[in-house]
Amino acid sequence: MKPENEMNLSFPSYSANEAFSRAAVSAFVAQLDPTVDELCDIKTAVSEAVTNCIVHAYRSTIGTIYINCKIYGDGKVIVKVRDRGCGIENVEQAMQPLYTTAGEERAGLGFAVMDSFMDRLHVTSKPGKGTSVILQKTLRRRTSENG
Amino acid sequence: MGVRLIFKNAVLTALLSGEIDHHAAREIRSEIDGTAERVKPQKLILDFADVQFMDSSGVGLIMGRCKLMQIWNGTVEIVNLPPKIERIVSLAGLNQLCTIEKGEQNEAGK
Repeated sequence: MKPENEMNLSFPSYSANEAFSRAAVSAFVAQLDPTVDELCDIKTAVSEAVTNCIVHAYRSTIGTIYINCKIYGDGKVIVKVRDRGCGIENVEQAMQPLYTTAGEERAGLGFAVMDSFMDRLHVTSKPGKGTSVILQKTLRRRTSENG
Repeated sequence: MGVRLIFKNAVLTALLSGEIDHHAAREIRSEIDGTAERVKPQKLILDFADVQFMDSSGVGLIMGRCKLMQIWNGTVEIVNLPPKIERIVSLAGLNQLCTIEKGEQNEAGK
């Protein structure tokens, strides 16, 4: 199926861009008339994915983070967050709740939150090449019963 | 955006505001710890009334403050937790680490 609309975003991995990136995705997805809760879920998942790029992928450097967002007529939202950072050796292990390699008070819940707040989470990674996280959620179509 | 601290009767209250993510958590952490380590309160209250957004970086922030307070046997209490932030807090099982008092149903939450 062809997306109804699509946007691409790229920005340097400064932590100040965490708020910008989730707000940008949220503003784009607003076209589908999501509920406040649905928008909050997507914002949180995007924030986790982008934070992973900043904290892990580009740990000791500043690199570019790429976001692609597609929205579909049936209410489906697909957000892809990609980096060209260090990559993940063992994706399965990295996705375990509470697993973290970063000191700095990381809860190790990033992937668990993405998984729980979205319908689908798909992670692909190549060590030394980068990581791609695909987040998918279908918004409930709201009928206009309340006028 | 950030945190405002009030210390009274051995209780340190941190009035948090804005969006708590990895970027904001750093500053909030150093503000709270700077004061807490000096005054060593019996209780640290984290007030979420004015927090609009929180991701797992906020969970890390809460867990870290619980650990800090344990050093001198202090406790942590989370108050006015908005419904939309409650979900991530329960996902993290923070209720086993500190007391949580939920906020009122936000009219924008539905």
